[in-house]
Amino acid sequence: MTNVAPVIKVENLTHVYSPGTPFQVVSLDGISLEIMKGELFALVGSAGSGKTTLVQHFNGIIAPAKGKVWVCGVDVSDKNKRRDLWRKVGLVFQRPEQQLFEETVFDDVAFGPRNMGLGKDEVLGRVKEALQVVGLKIDEIGTISPFRLSGGMRRRVAIAGVLALRPDVLVLDEPAAGLDPRGRRQLMDHVENFRYERGVTVVLVTHSMEEVALRADRVAVLHKGRLAMGGTPREVFNRVVELRALGLDVPAPAGLMHKLRAAGRRVRTDVLTIDEAREEIAMILGEGS
Amino acid sequence: MLSSITFGQFMPGDSLLHRLDPRTKVVGVLAVAASVLAAANWIGFALVAGLTLVAVLQSQLPAKVYISGLRAFWVIFAITFIVQAFLTPGEILAGLGPLKITQEGLETGGRIFLRLALLVLVASLLTLTTPPVNLAAGLESMLSPLKRLGVPAHELAMMMTIALRFVPILLQEAETLVRAQRSRGAAFVTGGPAGWARGLLPLFVPLFAGALRRAEDLATAMEARSYRGGANMTRMMSLRFGLPDYVVLTLTAVVLAGVVASRFL
Repeated sequence: MTNVAPVIKVENLTHVYSPGTPFQVVSLDGISLEIMKGELFALVGSAGSGKTTLVQHFNGIIAPAKGKVWVCGVDVSDKNKRRDLWRKVGLVFQRPEQQLFEETVFDDVAFGPRNMGLGKDEVLGRVKEALQVVGLKIDEIGTISPFRLSGGMRRRVAIAGVLALRPDVLVLDEPAAGLDPRGRRQLMDHVENFRYERGVTVVLVTHSMEEVALRADRVAVLHKGRLAMGGTPREVFNRVVELRALGLDVPAPAGLMHKLRAAGRRVRTDVLTIDEAREEIAMILGEGS
Repeated sequence: MLSSITFGQFMPGDSLLHRLDPRTKVVGVLAVAASVLAAANWIGFALVAGLTLVAVLQSQLPAKVYISGLRAFWVIFAITFIVQAFLTPGEILAGLGPLKITQEGLETGGRIFLRLALLVLVASLLTLTTPPVNLAAGLESMLSPLKRLGVPAHELAMMMTIALRFVPILLQEAETLVRAQRSRGAAFVTGGPAGWARGLLPLFVPLFAGALRRAEDLATAMEARSYRGGANMTRMMSLRFGLPDYVVLTLTAVVLAGVVASRFL
């Protein structure tokens, strides 16, 4: 954390879909949280827990129905200010490759910067840089139709389209869903590099607990629209029983340590990585001999 | 937003109307629509409006649903009313240059407004209380005598089911796309007609691409389960007429007859 000022502040936020009809669904129920400048904040929760609805408040796409949301000092309830939040908060939707529409990769990534009213050279520079961040070369694919690329490549192009806005806050809604493990890891590495180079705040919605353990500064657990848990990954993943009751799992190393503890071994249970787990196991093996 | 376009979208419930056989509802709606068009004086209108009101109350759906359904058509209501009010020759009530409002115009306009409103209400009653699958089953069963004449009744019903099923999905996808492109600063409505067309590309290109992909997936999924049209297909729920169906059919027939008879009074 570079600075201890909240970039996003949510206060008692409630959101109901189709209120007053038989389809009524309470999606968010009194959520309060703060996301600090420069941190990587992860949001986890089973399907339908309200993660997507929550993050769509962050760049003003959804106005808070009840409660308050401030983003970069802007009150999201203010209609005029909300409209300009997209310049500061980049939101990568689920399956973003389905939103590509331009004839060439270049034009699609340039869509955002052009909407910002930037000059030709600036747009070119941003597109080049954004594609580079996700490991693509403008000379190789700039003039190709995005529809001819593979699914994984299209995903990266779509993410570049948001990175080209050079947002202060980057919100990613399950960015790696459906990618193979290697593509997943690479994509998250790209995101982290971008974060360190630019000092952006990252909000990551994910189902991968390993990703949270490895990369997040803090994590919030949503359950049925409520904030069920919050804290550092180490704190949260140590509460295995509660997490499992919410239909979630813990990273494999933490799960193993809890099993060892249950079998009477004196190991730390708040481990996140395989290396930490290895140390603990080496220790009890040392004790035994 | 887009998904708030709920005109005629099925609303689950357990009212008498929900439980009626879909065929009863289709025939009933046609009969009431015919009554609406046949009504020529206040007795006729009172009969139809009364029946429609009873049906609306019976459906046990919130009034909001019907009001928003009617509101969706207000432009058409307004235009027809104004055109009738100004262009019907007759006793002039008020005039401004070549524009004249006539007594007859107001009467005709009011009548047409009432007719349109009743038609919209009755039509929405059918789709509001009938799940699309049941509606398609009802239509298939009603069209099946025409199979001998080569009418592909099953295929028509299946197409209708799929089309109806896709409407909410496409609306939701459109809404997601609007949000996603707006997140990149898309202004969908800018400048003249050319700007409009250009501004809507970010919405329609991915929407159609997605619809095509979805259609292909659906075709594959259906074929994978050996779907091959209507031959030997059975339905999970067979349609059956009950006492309420006969009562409702008789009632609508009586109203239709009453409306027609009232023209000769």
